Amino acid sequence: MIASYFVIIPLVTAFLIVLFGRKAEKIAGYLSLFATIILMWLSALLFPIINIQGAIVYQLSDWKIPYTISLVIDHLSAFMMIIISLIALLSIIYSINYVKKFTSNWGYYSLFMLLLAGLNGVTITGDLFNLFVFMEIALIATYALVAFQGKAEHYEASFKYAIMGSISSTLILFGIGCVYSMTSSLTMMQISARSGSTAGLYLVSALFLTGFGLKSAMFPLHSWLPDAHPSAPSPVSAMLSGVLIKVLGAYAIIRVFYMVLEPSKMVNEVLLLFGTLSMFVGAIMAIAQKDIKRMLGFSSVSQMGYILLGIGLATPLGFFGAIYHILNHAVLKSLLFLDAGAIEEMEGTRNLEKMQGNTEPITKSTTYMGALGISGVPPFGGFFSKLIIIVAAISSGRYIYAIIGLIVGVMTLGYYLGMLKKAFKEKKEPKKIGISLKISLVILACLTLVTALLFVPGLREGFLNKVVDCITDREAYAALFKVGAGL
Amino acid sequence: MNLYMMSFALFLVGLYGVLVKRNIVKVIIGTGIMGYAVNLFLILIAYKEGATFPILLPGKEQTIMVDPLPQALVLTSIVIELGVTAVLVALAINIHRKYGTFDLKSIRRLKE
Repeated sequence: MIASYFVIIPLVTAFLIVLFGRKAEKIAGYLSLFATIILMWLSALLFPIINIQGAIVYQLSDWKIPYTISLVIDHLSAFMMIIISLIALLSIIYSINYVKKFTSNWGYYSLFMLLLAGLNGVTITGDLFNLFVFMEIALIATYALVAFQGKAEHYEASFKYAIMGSISSTLILFGIGCVYSMTSSLTMMQISARSGSTAGLYLVSALFLTGFGLKSAMFPLHSWLPDAHPSAPSPVSAMLSGVLIKVLGAYAIIRVFYMVLEPSKMVNEVLLLFGTLSMFVGAIMAIAQKDIKRMLGFSSVSQMGYILLGIGLATPLGFFGAIYHILNHAVLKSLLFLDAGAIEEMEGTRNLEKMQGNTEPITKSTTYMGALGISGVPPFGGFFSKLIIIVAAISSGRYIYAIIGLIVGVMTLGYYLGMLKKAFKEKKEPKKIGISLKISLVILACLTLVTALLFVPGLREGFLNKVVDCITDREAYAALFKVGAGL
Repeated sequence: MNLYMMSFALFLVGLYGVLVKRNIVKVIIGTGIMGYAVNLFLILIAYKEGATFPILLPGKEQTIMVDPLPQALVLTSIVIELGVTAVLVALAINIHRKYGTFDLKSIRRLKE
């Protein structure tokens, strides 16, 4: 039963906000804060529940699985759910003071809640077509949010993103049709059990790789990201770069290619090659950027490359690195985007060349932590996840990819140091920002250090290792079908 | 098999429209055509030669029926396409308001 609340709560909140928020502007913010706190609490409960009674399977309308839509939460879903809820909660806290400058707050919050409903749905669904539906819910909300600030270039970025997004969604639907005609099932666990017949499906692999690859900003399909993510309001940018590309991209790739379909060598090679390319191209493009948020967007492309590289290695260590980097990058990139929003608020510009040095100390120190963390400086979590991905590449004999990973790490450090130097010039009179901005910045900055603790052996077994076991254990996932169907 | 090929060809026509056309409205129509092609493909999966509609009625003898599931999928996907198209058209209207044109070549304020 707990599974359905993850979709119900944000959906209901979105409609309540539209009903009541129009009259009283403040209600909208507090309603969504309340909803995200409940979601955070629920998703914190998931790991203990799964440890006790195994994966949660909920079947809609009390029918049995092949005939109904199922919601399945295993360790991987629970892990993604914790990230989504965490970043959403902090973005909403940040929004409370940040969105005061907009005219229709209720629209902002209600679209945010719809985005959250879509993301939660993608993460917990056990039905391939339902994944597509929730993905579209999240994307439609995203298109509107990217254009929310209402300037000419925001509409342009949103249109570009919407066209690319709808092409990729159509490709995914095409792939789902092919899978259905091969296995005559849409329940992901059943497809996984029958997946012997999907081994040589090059067409399906190509369609899904293009579709999900576009959503995760893989190299030749990355061009929408540096336009769309910076155009959104900063808390939404944090949500998009921190969570959306990972849920619709990385999580969907892990789920579909490694747990539902038969894992194939060709997909691994494609992910390795294009992951490395997007890592490298993103870093090269980020060096020359003057707009701070656009630079962070290219950095997202580059970091997604690391995640795809880790996934493509397809060893347990590679998966460990990939999911650990998903967590670290979610925290770090949301912190940096929120910082960029605060800097923009104080400086009045996003152009690094024109910045005066009006930034107040909390934003400054948290930006330093975020930038050092994402470029892989030791005490932060980002260092360990990159290290694991590179070690995994070496241990499976992919020396070239490991070397490129190291080089890109150095380049990342380079362009982030350049950003820090330009953004915080000589001291002037620091301006003030709202208290809610500071709260979420400080919490996220602490989390960049806390995620490093998850690598410590005692804590690793309880959290990240279970997620990796969940990914590599295909039989357990296929067996969930029998549990659910009551056989 | 020919029908599958033709639905794929229709898909490519839509893709051509999206990638090549310079007018925003034509691009939106291109995404629509891609959607129709996929819907057609889903319906073709369910189709069987000489089968009837998948409803059991009293007095109707049991024969081969078409698969009802892809038809339900197509209904859902049509509704989703409606939503996406509505967003795209709203964006196109706003772009026309800001730039005064539907020509994609002259809508290039992001790169500057």
